[in-house]
Amino acid sequence: MMETTEHSPEAAVSVHLTLNGVPVTAEVSPNAILLDVLREQLGLTGTKKGCDHGQCGACTVHVEGRAMNACLRLAVMCEGQAITTIEGLAEGGRLHPVQQAFLDHDAFQCGYCSPGQIMSAVALLEDRRVPGDVTTVREAMSGNLCRCGAYQNILAAIQDARLRRHGQEGGDDA
Amino acid sequence: MRTFAFARADSVARAVESQQGDPASAFVAGGTTLLDLVKLDVMRPSRVIDINALPLNTVERLPDDRLRIGALVTNTDLAYHPDVLADHPLLSQAILAGASSQVRNMATTGGNLMQRTRCPYFRDAAAACNKREPGSGCDALHGVNRMHAVLGGSSECVAVHPSDMCVALAAIGATLTLHGPRGEREIEFADFHRLPGTTPYLEHDLDNELIVAVTLAPPLVPLGAAYVKLRDRAAYEFALASAGAMLSLDEELIGEARLALGGVATKPWRCREAEASLAGKRADTAAFEAAADLALADARPLSHNAFKIPLARQAIVRALRDAARRAREDDA
Repeated sequence: MMETTEHSPEAAVSVHLTLNGVPVTAEVSPNAILLDVLREQLGLTGTKKGCDHGQCGACTVHVEGRAMNACLRLAVMCEGQAITTIEGLAEGGRLHPVQQAFLDHDAFQCGYCSPGQIMSAVALLEDRRVPGDVTTVREAMSGNLCRCGAYQNILAAIQDARLRRHGQEGGDDA
Repeated sequence: MRTFAFARADSVARAVESQQGDPASAFVAGGTTLLDLVKLDVMRPSRVIDINALPLNTVERLPDDRLRIGALVTNTDLAYHPDVLADHPLLSQAILAGASSQVRNMATTGGNLMQRTRCPYFRDAAAACNKREPGSGCDALHGVNRMHAVLGGSSECVAVHPSDMCVALAAIGATLTLHGPRGEREIEFADFHRLPGTTPYLEHDLDNELIVAVTLAPPLVPLGAAYVKLRDRAAYEFALASAGAMLSLDEELIGEARLALGGVATKPWRCREAEASLAGKRADTAAFEAAADLALADARPLSHNAFKIPLARQAIVRALRDAARRAREDDA
């Protein structure tokens, strides 16, 4: 049933999420930002805070499968939604293929941007509407800044993961 | 970050009703502008109304063949929608030239129309800004105004309208459906955004209303469309100058032309005189350059942005040239 209740600024609002596949309920303030709730309240510190204004992409998570900036989203806006963070990518102790590709290609230096880079890359590879050519991939990844400048290896990792996932032909028309 | 009350709207009527009598309340859809500016203490809503549960997230084809876009359709879904790609490639191109993947996934059609300027003085709560704080002055007029407007400005405000999507809407032509306390009304997209004049804090034509849909005008046939965006870096950057062009061609003669500019004006800038000058002309560089000169005849540079006028001229000529080439391909 849809909630129509008014919540005062001081209220604790119950938000029900499916977080990395697990049902979770969090009590949050109306102005609580998803990024802060993930890190400070739910203990998932893999998602990073960089600029806190949607410009750097360090906070990228998946909301209903789409890459979004967790710093520009209220936790209360996520009622009933499935959220995946970097902690939710590995399965059964095995890294996600994109995580493995980042390791194989040395696609980071300090690593602070890597969770966001990887979350964007995973969403990109799963979105078959976005072409897989290098120019398009660069643009599609432009919301994730890397101050170390590991872009060449990040791009190589993504295109390698694309090949492994879709094969040569799928990579061309994906 | 300031606190605010929160409500979730479960119908358009209740969303609108909920906003009445509370001028400091704000709707949130994607949140990409609102939450950014709340964090900067530039927007200070007392109450935020979440409209994401409203049934406004579809693109439908009307019986007259026009496309009606729900206000909550995300920028990404709109850019890749098959009907939009087929009928209005300019809209797709413009959306994909703006923001980042993440922001396009969050930002909505209605929200894009409502986005605020990127003027750094507007975004700095300590600076003078008539848009943010009426009567406080404009620090951009004699400050660092490299990014500011050369068209449509006033002595009160020279802030650029930042949207790429809205440049395409200006060229295509669209009708907005607004829902207010007295029901629904429709207005033309061209009449929605206001010039700053002496009231830069009044940015649009909403009167306690919620944007519920954007209906696109029919496409030109055969259609050539091109969006050219010139900026300081190749991606995730606002335009210094952009041009959206649409042309229909009959052999080598231009049937109808549409032209709109971004990055240089205080609102999405339709160039009607330039469009009229192109009708019936040969689709060649001379005609495109003459149209560009007409489009920029009223441009007035500030201390740091005279470069925008020749830059915009080049963007216009290139957009028209690319649009003509695509119109030839479409006709072939």
